Amino acid sequence: MSDLAQTAGGRVTAASATSFPIWYQGLVASVFWLLTAAVTWGLPDVIPWGSAGLFAAITAIGGVLLLALALTLHRLGSTGDRIAFWGPWLIALGVWFLLWEYATAKTGWLPKPFFSPPHGLLQVYVADWSRLLVCIGYSLRLWGLGFFSGISLGFVIGVALGWSARFNYWGMPVLKLIGPVPATAWIPATFFFFPTTFHASIFLVALSCGIPVAIQTAAGVSQVNRAYYDVARTLGAGERFLVLKVAVPASLNHVFVGLFMGLYYSFAVLVVAEMLGAKYGLGWYIAFQSAYSAYANVYATIVIMAVLCSGIVKLLFVARNRLLVWQERGLI
Amino acid sequence: MSALAETDGATRALSLDIRSVSHHYDIAGTRFDVLDDISLSVAPGEFVALLGPSGCGKSTLLRLAAGLEAPRRGTLLEDGNQIGAPDPSRLLVFQDPTLFPWRTVRKNIATGLEARRLLPQKAHRIDEALSLVRLEEFADAYPRQLSGGMAQRVALARALVNDPGLLLLDEPFGKLDSLTRLSLQNELLKLWQTTGFTALLVTHDVEEALLLANRVVVLSDRPARILAEFNIATDYPRHRDDPDFVRLRRQILHELGVQNV
Repeated sequence: MSDLAQTAGGRVTAASATSFPIWYQGLVASVFWLLTAAVTWGLPDVIPWGSAGLFAAITAIGGVLLLALALTLHRLGSTGDRIAFWGPWLIALGVWFLLWEYATAKTGWLPKPFFSPPHGLLQVYVADWSRLLVCIGYSLRLWGLGFFSGISLGFVIGVALGWSARFNYWGMPVLKLIGPVPATAWIPATFFFFPTTFHASIFLVALSCGIPVAIQTAAGVSQVNRAYYDVARTLGAGERFLVLKVAVPASLNHVFVGLFMGLYYSFAVLVVAEMLGAKYGLGWYIAFQSAYSAYANVYATIVIMAVLCSGIVKLLFVARNRLLVWQERGLI
Repeated sequence: MSALAETDGATRALSLDIRSVSHHYDIAGTRFDVLDDISLSVAPGEFVALLGPSGCGKSTLLRLAAGLEAPRRGTLLEDGNQIGAPDPSRLLVFQDPTLFPWRTVRKNIATGLEARRLLPQKAHRIDEALSLVRLEEFADAYPRQLSGGMAQRVALARALVNDPGLLLLDEPFGKLDSLTRLSLQNELLKLWQTTGFTALLVTHDVEEALLLANRVVVLSDRPARILAEFNIATDYPRHRDDPDFVRLRRQILHELGVQNV
């Protein structure tokens, strides 16, 4: 904000003094968004991509909205502050769209089929949205079945490993041996052992996230301060209470480390598994489309994956912050 | 203040008999003797202080009395029955409050009742215990939000809500600042007077022992033996400038090998 105020010189101070403050970052962003719309609509595509009009409309609406915000942001209170925080990003996004649009569709510097303009991705969503939705559904189903069965089993095994000396004696060496093997290495064996590739894929996803959860949970449970057990035992706690109400909550922090590790592994394995043996799913869609050099479809799918995966990661953060509220710093 | 005692009738104080107890630990192949032929009888309702230098094995004696460990030799009896396992009738309060950080103050205090599935019948006792230690406003706070003194009061409430017949206190005020320590010593005294449990307090603070206990048992350096016992007949509240107090303090410090104070 201050940089812009300085470059614009005396007029800015005059403007802000007359109780009509302008959000200059919004103004700059608006210029780039509108410019993107103009270039997309005004200049012809080297090779037609489709949806250029739609993209121009979207960026034009964005530009007009930013222009309106630039003039009214000061009246929006805390919402306005939150929007203002993203000002530099909104500018960067406008610049990025403009350069991207210009370098691909309008000049062909970055040629088809390896590169796609933004409205090329948009065209994929417009033309193929129903198939993409089905793929999202398939991917989420496979991921959900694999992830939740994997972490449930991993958690139970981890608690047992951390709690019972005998289970630990037999289980830990096995876990340490197979733990570091990437789950994808099991692909040939699992496709042979399981009745369908779908079952094999669930197993692979479950394996990929179950192992880090098991290892971290076991470490967490075995590191619980013994004094907590002493206190609970004198208060009349039985084995069940010690495990469920002492060992588990005390090691929850470790469990979440395992969950985050497992989450990232599970995404990787999901895509590989779908590329190899699925009939639908985002991984399958990427493999299928790249075989036809339809890279715009590949990029469009990667964007969907990015949104889905980071959304799930965000959900896990929310869950962690709720469950570990007792750990947070600061007073009440 | 006597809310706890009133609801379920007075707490039934327990006696504790320690009979020729010796104990050692094996650490990395070396034998460490910690207790050497300790015999001690604590009558129901009595307040006994175990006084000794740091690391002499006092805490071990409390762990044995709580049933967390079994003695290598000798026996410990609670009302004539051998102590073999932990039991909520004998509760231990540690130097660290050892509150469960994932439980609110209220749920920490409820731990014993919950573990024994008594919570439905005795839920009202939690509120009584909270008011007993004057922490009603902090019922839903987490342990990290409490000061050291408040945390130790929660630990006391967590023990007392179970109506222990015997309270084992392992330097419970050792980590508190001196002002907080004084006020908590008074609170403990009031709780003992109103609820009537038997108390066995381990401390290395001679004044604390003399302010609180009916009887002070002086232990030697490791392995701990009983060096001397002092009966304190003075009425409560006791004062540090009382001539008897000063005389006893000098005598006890002499037993502990500290002179010219």
